[in-house]
Amino acid sequence: MLRRLPEQKGRKVRFLFEGEQVSALEGDSVAAALMAAGAGTTRTTPKSGAPRAPYCMMGVCFECLVEIDGVPNRQSCLVEVRDGMRVRRQQGAPGLPGEADDDPV
Amino acid sequence: MTGASDVIVVGGGLVGAAVAYGLAREGASVTMLDEGDVALRASRGNFGLVWVQGKGDGMHEYASWTRRSKDLYRSFADTIRGGDGTDIELKQEGGLELCLGEEDFRANEDEIRRMHNQPGVGENDRVMLDREEVRKMLPLIGPEVTGASYSPHDGHVNPLYLLRGLHGGAQALGALYVSGAQVRKIEKDGDGFSVSGKAGTFRGGKVVIAAGLANKWLAEMVGLTIPVEPNRGHILITERMQPVIPTLLVNARQTADGTINFGNSKEDAGYSTRINPAKLGEIARSIIRCFPVLKDARIVRTWSALRVMSPDGFPIYRESETMPGAFSISCHSGVTLAAAHAMELAPVILRGGFNARFAAFSPERFDAAPAA
Amino acid sequence: MTRFDLAIIGAGPAGMSAAVTARDAGLSVIVVDEQPAPGGQIWRAIGRNAGARPGNLAILGEDYASGAKLAARFEASGAQFWPSASVWHVDSPDDGDKSLTVAWDGVTRQFTARALLIATGAMERPVPVPGWTLPGVMTVGAAQTLLKSSGLYPEPSLLLAGSGPLLLLFAAQCVAAGIKIAALLETTPPGAYLRGLPHLPKAMLGWRTLLKGHRLKRQLGVSGIPVYRAVTDLAAKGAERLERVRFRSAGMPVELEAAHLLLHEGVVPNPQLTRLLRCEHHWDAAQRCFRPDLSDRGETSVDNVFVAGDGGGIGGAMAAVHSGRIAALEIAERCGAVNRPSGDVEIVKARDALRAELAVRPLLDAMFPPPDWIARLDGDVTVCRCEEVSAAAIRNAAALGAPGPNQAKAFLRAGMGPCQGRMCGLTVTEILADARGESPERIGYYRIRPPIKPVTLGELAALDGSD
Repeated sequence: MLRRLPEQKGRKVRFLFEGEQVSALEGDSVAAALMAAGAGTTRTTPKSGAPRAPYCMMGVCFECLVEIDGVPNRQSCLVEVRDGMRVRRQQGAPGLPGEADDDPV
Repeated sequence: MTGASDVIVVGGGLVGAAVAYGLAREGASVTMLDEGDVALRASRGNFGLVWVQGKGDGMHEYASWTRRSKDLYRSFADTIRGGDGTDIELKQEGGLELCLGEEDFRANEDEIRRMHNQPGVGENDRVMLDREEVRKMLPLIGPEVTGASYSPHDGHVNPLYLLRGLHGGAQALGALYVSGAQVRKIEKDGDGFSVSGKAGTFRGGKVVIAAGLANKWLAEMVGLTIPVEPNRGHILITERMQPVIPTLLVNARQTADGTINFGNSKEDAGYSTRINPAKLGEIARSIIRCFPVLKDARIVRTWSALRVMSPDGFPIYRESETMPGAFSISCHSGVTLAAAHAMELAPVILRGGFNARFAAFSPERFDAAPAA
Repeated sequence: MTRFDLAIIGAGPAGMSAAVTARDAGLSVIVVDEQPAPGGQIWRAIGRNAGARPGNLAILGEDYASGAKLAARFEASGAQFWPSASVWHVDSPDDGDKSLTVAWDGVTRQFTARALLIATGAMERPVPVPGWTLPGVMTVGAAQTLLKSSGLYPEPSLLLAGSGPLLLLFAAQCVAAGIKIAALLETTPPGAYLRGLPHLPKAMLGWRTLLKGHRLKRQLGVSGIPVYRAVTDLAAKGAERLERVRFRSAGMPVELEAAHLLLHEGVVPNPQLTRLLRCEHHWDAAQRCFRPDLSDRGETSVDNVFVAGDGGGIGGAMAAVHSGRIAALEIAERCGAVNRPSGDVEIVKARDALRAELAVRPLLDAMFPPPDWIARLDGDVTVCRCEEVSAAAIRNAAALGAPGPNQAKAFLRAGMGPCQGRMCGLTVTEILADARGESPERIGYYRIRPPIKPVTLGELAALDGSD
């Protein structure tokens, strides 16, 4: 779980994580915002399904992979949050982009 | 000088390793001399097809040799698994060559007809499928796909695990593997041979030169002229994905771990393994024409590697007449022929009668004066 | 295709400094960086903190705040700047310009440049302890990035483990911000100061750094954070995420509950681009990493390809600024934009400044020796995080005869995942060197091939060109 220091000015941004509304500050990376929202795991590995979370926060480790707006395997530490973004955990290997149903019933 | 073995195999790629494995299985003591970690190594750059269709146009012996290897592959894979436990991920469920447009379709059709008219060549059960039949196998094909040629005999393996299995299997049977050997000299030495390079000098009763493009100059030392030249191919590979290509294609193959390989490019670029971005673009465009939905698939690696090509594209196998006991083995289908090399070619090296058994693959076929 | 005199990859201290210098000399310059704003890792989000969040500057310290000035000069320099852009291929034909292929704004773009400056800096050395893949474990640098970019920090039960200046700096920043650190686990072997002593006279040239280090230690000393010294056998434990941390301190077993574990064992050059370009490298035994061979002007073994900053060997932010300037002056001279001898005078000045800045490094290397246990790893500890390959598997590949990381990669898929070997490369080299009883230099490193960042087939399809 991440907490925020007081007096961090910035516009509030709202986006969806696994269908739930989450808020963050403009300029946050998606990875930071997810950890601040208590996401815990951001992806599972394609090989064993082991849970993973961001490790390096600088674009090197590829552990922060998530699906953003239907596009799988995005490095969430390199993407800034935007209003209305739909983010999901990357569960194992992706299928074809756009194939995933954004709101499964 | 290191203690002598029955056979020294020069080359630790798929051809050398398959022969070494086969020799070790026959009970021979084998020393396999390999290059270092960075080598041209077609075996680490190839596509992994155990491919039958289209092979042997112009030489029926090659068609049947390929078919023989394919038939041996299942038991070969089982033997490797029994050796060091490596699963080479063999799948032999048929393969397709997609046709884009009418002209492409007709060209494939013509090739089938032409090959069918050659005795012993057209026995690969290769047939043309129309667009609808292809779509049943590959629902994601694009509108430009007009059909495909299909052979039920085509298949694939994980070529890297095959290499590992052969190295592991040969060593489990007592073979000595030496990397960084960089062989520079092969000489007659008493009733055997001595082979020298960076890792020292090794002595063997027989020597098998299976060093890919290097056969060209290594085999000269045993009195053989082996006219092989490099031909560059590029391969692109995706990250692991859910199954999206259920049927094997000559230019697209989804592996057991979910990555998809794209390839089948040919280029004359000398010995350069530089990656040509324009070539990557060309392959990508052709794949997207076959499967438009793959435009968003993500490529994590690309590479280029050099095929070992003879003037007619067929293998060159020969025992030296001036230095009997020295053999040169070259081919560009190190994966497809691995089973035949291990199970059938290697025993002949030990038994004798090599040049009679593989007369069709003699380099003498290139000596004939070119037709006017 | 657009052509520039100089293309710079990375907008950290080295890249910004080089861009400013080259622009002053009148060169056409393009700078690309993966991050959304200039500053690199060291001055991450410097613009935002200097602007909207001045309170963070006090927490992050003077060295951080000092980046604002260079960032402002960079932004005013007139260099073309592409933020959030991934370079995924650089082609360097034997003769002629370098051509760069970049994914920017969802589109593949290509341009050429007479000279290339690689200023991609360092990455933290991967620390493959058991359990390091568990959520809740990340690097100290990652936590510092969260603090700089978003004012975020881990809570509760935060442990810091490892060795090196960055670990101490981050701990001091936490103290300044009132962030609670449950314990500090120092893996630095005992006797650091004694080991450092012989290097001290020379290091006095870098007295500012020494003074800062001393101040850091004092701040931490009075903070009351429990410190475990001579820590070995560190392991993270937990089912779905980190729950406990086990280790030995001076030989005694300890187990602590923890929700967050931050690891740090120094930083190493990010090798991806220099390896892609087939630059010659050598093994730096003091820092236990590869560095590209560089001339005294920063040029690699490949003509007109330069490296400045930590990517050429760890020297820190100020050294990066100087080396960026040196490389840019040399490139300007080659482009005919700066005349000898004035260019030479400037280079000499910058070189003196760089030497003074680097004087402290041997002392730091001696005080915070890079971990030697990584080479001895065995068993089921994960080495390649992407493909989940263990240390024992790497040793098996060595036993099968794999002479180096490329054969091991072929046998095991280590290094074939999305991170393309960044997280396992150094470890695989170290383990193979140990298993085969050879030097890491001889064992070598992964062959790095394009794309150095994953790219879609559609983006590749857009590649044209005559070749």
